[in-house]
Amino acid sequence: MPSLTAPEPILEAISLSKRFPGVQALDGVSARFHAGEVVAVMGENGAGKSTLMKALAGVHPPDAGEIRWEGKPVRISRVAQAEALGIAFIHQELNLCENLTVAENVFLGREPCRAGWWLDRRTMRKRAAELLARVGLKVSPDEVVESLSIGQRQMVEIARALAREARLVIMDEPTSSLTASETARLFEVVRDLKSRGLGVVFISHRLVEVMSVADRVVVLKDGRNSGDLTKSEMSPERMVQLMVGRDLDPSRRRPEGIQTGAVRLEAENLRTRAWPGETVSFSVRAGEIVGMAGLVGAGRTELARVVAGVDRALSGTVRVDGVVLPPGCVAAAVRAGVALAPEDRKEQGIFLEMPIRENIALPGLGGMQRLGFVRSGAVTALAERMRGLLGIRTSDVEKMAGLLSGGNQQKVVLAKWLALDPRVFVLDEPTRGVDVGAKAEIYRVIEDLAAAGAAVLMISSDLEEVLRLSDRVLVMHEGRLAGEVGRAELSEEAVMQLATGTLHV
Amino acid sequence: MKTLLIRHSKTLLIFALLVVLTLVCGWLEPRFLSRDSLGAVLKYAGLFGVIALGVSFVILTGGIDLSIGSWVGLCAVLYPVLLKQGLGVGEAALVIAGLSVLAGLLHGFLVTKLNLQAFLVTLCGLFIYRGLARVAGGGREQILPADQEWLRDALVLGRPLAGLPVPAVFLLMIGLAVVAAVFLNLTVTGRRLLATGRNEQAARFCGIGTVRLRVLSYVICSLLAGLAGVLFLLDGRSALGSSFGNSYELWAIAGAVLGGCSLRGGQCAVAGVVLGSVMVAEVRQAVFFVAGDEWKEFVIGVFILAGVIADEAFTRWMASRRVKS
Repeated sequence: MPSLTAPEPILEAISLSKRFPGVQALDGVSARFHAGEVVAVMGENGAGKSTLMKALAGVHPPDAGEIRWEGKPVRISRVAQAEALGIAFIHQELNLCENLTVAENVFLGREPCRAGWWLDRRTMRKRAAELLARVGLKVSPDEVVESLSIGQRQMVEIARALAREARLVIMDEPTSSLTASETARLFEVVRDLKSRGLGVVFISHRLVEVMSVADRVVVLKDGRNSGDLTKSEMSPERMVQLMVGRDLDPSRRRPEGIQTGAVRLEAENLRTRAWPGETVSFSVRAGEIVGMAGLVGAGRTELARVVAGVDRALSGTVRVDGVVLPPGCVAAAVRAGVALAPEDRKEQGIFLEMPIRENIALPGLGGMQRLGFVRSGAVTALAERMRGLLGIRTSDVEKMAGLLSGGNQQKVVLAKWLALDPRVFVLDEPTRGVDVGAKAEIYRVIEDLAAAGAAVLMISSDLEEVLRLSDRVLVMHEGRLAGEVGRAELSEEAVMQLATGTLHV
Repeated sequence: MKTLLIRHSKTLLIFALLVVLTLVCGWLEPRFLSRDSLGAVLKYAGLFGVIALGVSFVILTGGIDLSIGSWVGLCAVLYPVLLKQGLGVGEAALVIAGLSVLAGLLHGFLVTKLNLQAFLVTLCGLFIYRGLARVAGGGREQILPADQEWLRDALVLGRPLAGLPVPAVFLLMIGLAVVAAVFLNLTVTGRRLLATGRNEQAARFCGIGTVRLRVLSYVICSLLAGLAGVLFLLDGRSALGSSFGNSYELWAIAGAVLGGCSLRGGQCAVAGVVLGSVMVAEVRQAVFFVAGDEWKEFVIGVFILAGVIADEAFTRWMASRRVKS
C-alpha cells in the first residue's frame, strides 16, 4: 500500500467496472500510478489486466467508476482524450504503419509543419533522431519500419510516446514477443523514463521481470483487486498466491483413479512455428481427459492445430492409435478420428450464416449421401438427435447458427464432431464466452466423451475448469512443457507456478 | 415456412423489383411489352445468364473472373475455325470444352496454390485470351457456316414453347440454372462449396478440401464461358477476334451482383442470378427504346449502384431486426 507520505498519484482509477457480453471484465478495480514509478500489473488470463489498461487509455471506457488525472476527475472515452492528457498506450500487437519510415511513424498525426500544411521533413528527421537516441535505438530515422525487429519497433513506439510528451506510458505485455536481450534493453529504457519522472505501467506474466524492474505490483483476479505489493513485499510465491484463488471444492472434481485404456493420441517431438526452438511430446490415453494449461502465447493453440492437421509441424509426428497422421491434412486427421473445437469459434468453428442443421451435418456429409446427393432426412434426424443430446436451445434447427448464444454455438461445434464419434477430441478454450448453464452442459458432454473411450485434450486458460475436468494437467511455458501435474497434486498454485516459470520440474 | 420466407427474402425482393421494373418499362414505352421486344430481352438474358451463372460460382468463393469476355471471344472464333479444319460439331464442342476446363484449372491453380490475386490472374487472362482470339481468327471475321443454322435454331433462337416469345437459349440457361441450384443445394460437393464460400477457414477446419473446391469454381466458370462463346457466335453468325465478347464479363458480374451476390463471397442464390440477368437485359432493352442505345452503360451503372446501396440498407435492416428479436 502506498504510504501516507507518498506524493499524489498522477493517475488514479477508483472502482472501475466494465462489462462485456457474458463477462464482468472489471468489477470495482482501483489502482494508483505515480510519476517516476514503474508499476507491474499481474493476473491470470482473463483477470482483467488488459481491460484495465484499455479503460485508462480510452480504448474501452469503463461503465462505472472514476478516473482522476492529477487529482481531478476526468472522462476518458476516446484514445485522443487519453493522449491529450499525457497517457500513451502501447498495444501488445504494436500499432505502427510498416510501410512508413521510423520518423514518419514517430510523428504520425503530429507531423511538424511549415506554413500550415507543408510537411517539414527536416525538423521531423532531426527530432526523430534525438528521440531515437533517448531510447537507445541505433537505426536511421529514414529506415522503413518493415525492416525492424519486434524489439526495435517497441522502441519506436516508446519514441512516439515521448514525441507526444506523454507523462504516463502504459504497455500491454511489452515483453511477450521480445528476446532476452531485447527485454533487457527495454527495461533499461523503462528505468531511464522513470528517472526522468515519467510513470510507467506494464503488464507482464514473467515474475523474474517484474521482480527486477517494478517498484510496485498490482495483482488482479477475476476482475477485482487481489493485492498491491511494494518492492519490499514482492516475492514470486506471494505473487502467485495472489493471482490464484481458493482451490476448487474436491467434491466437484472428477473422481480419482478413473480407468483409462491404451494410449490413443501420441505427439512426439512436435516443433511449431510459434516456438521453433522447443519440442513438445505428450500422450493421451483412451478415456482420459488431459488438461493443458499455460499463459496466452505459451504455444498451446499451435499444438492443437498441428494435432488436428490444420498446420504442419516444423518437425515431429502425431499418432492416433499407433498410426502416424500425414502432416497438415485435416481430412486425414478427421478420418483417423481427430476432432478439434477451435479457439476462435466464430471464425473457425461455425458458419454463422448457415442453418444449425447444416453446421452439424457438414463434417459427416460424406456419410449421409446417396449417389452424391445429400440425404436430407438423415441430416435432419442427426441435427434433431444432437439438439436433444446436447440441449441446444433453439426452436428450429433451420435457424441460422449466428442467432444462437455463445454457449449454444459451442454446442453446435461439439455436435458436428460428435456425429462422427471422434476417438481424439481436442478442445481449445471450450467454454470461452459461454454462460454458466451452458458450461455445465459442455462439461457433461466432455466427460461423457471420455467415458465412451475418447482421448480428450482440453486446452483452457480457466484454471477452475482445468481443475474440475482434468485427470492430469500438462503445463506449457514459453513453448515447452514446463511440467505435468497429476490428479493427486492438482492445485491452482501448482499449475500457476509452472505456467509463470517460477518452478521448473 | 416462415424461416424459409426469411431466408429467401432477398430473392423474393429482387423478383418483386423485376416485376415493378417490367411494368414501369411497359408504361414508359408500350413497345417494350411487344412480343419481339420481350423475346429479345429473354434472348439476351439467356446468353448473358449463362456467363453470369458461371461467374457467380467464382464470386461465391470470394474470387472474380475478368477473363470471361475474352474467353467468349476466343471460343467464338475457334468454333468456325475448328469446323473449317474438318471437325464435326461434337468434336469441336469437345475441344472447346476441354480448353475451357484447362483455362479454369490454370486460373484455380494460380489463385489457390500460388496464392495470386484472382483479379490479377484473370486480368492477365483477359489480355492473353483476347490476343489468342485475334491470332486464331487471323485478323478476319470468322463466319458461322450456313450448315449450322439448325444448331442456331435449336440452341438460341428456336421457340420450343409454341406461341410464347421464349427463345431456346433462355430455356437452356434456365436448365443450367436448375442444374446449378440442384448441385449447390442438394449434393455433398455443392454443400461443401457453399460452406467454403461462407467461411473458408471454418470449412478447412472441418476437413473440407477447400482448395479443390475453389479450383472447381473457376473450372465451372470457364466452361460456361466457353459454352456461351459458341452460343453468342450462333446468335451473331460471325465473330471478329479483336472485339467479340468485349467487356461481357462486366455484364455478367453486373447480373450476379444485381441478383444479390456479394463480391466478398459467401452469398449467391442461383435464382437471384437468373433474375439479375433478366433485369440487366430488361434495362438494356428499355434504355434502347426510351433514350437510345448510347445511354445503355450509363443507366446500367446508375441502376447497379442504386441496387448495391439498397442491398446494404436491406442487410442492415435485417441485422437490426435480428438484434431486436
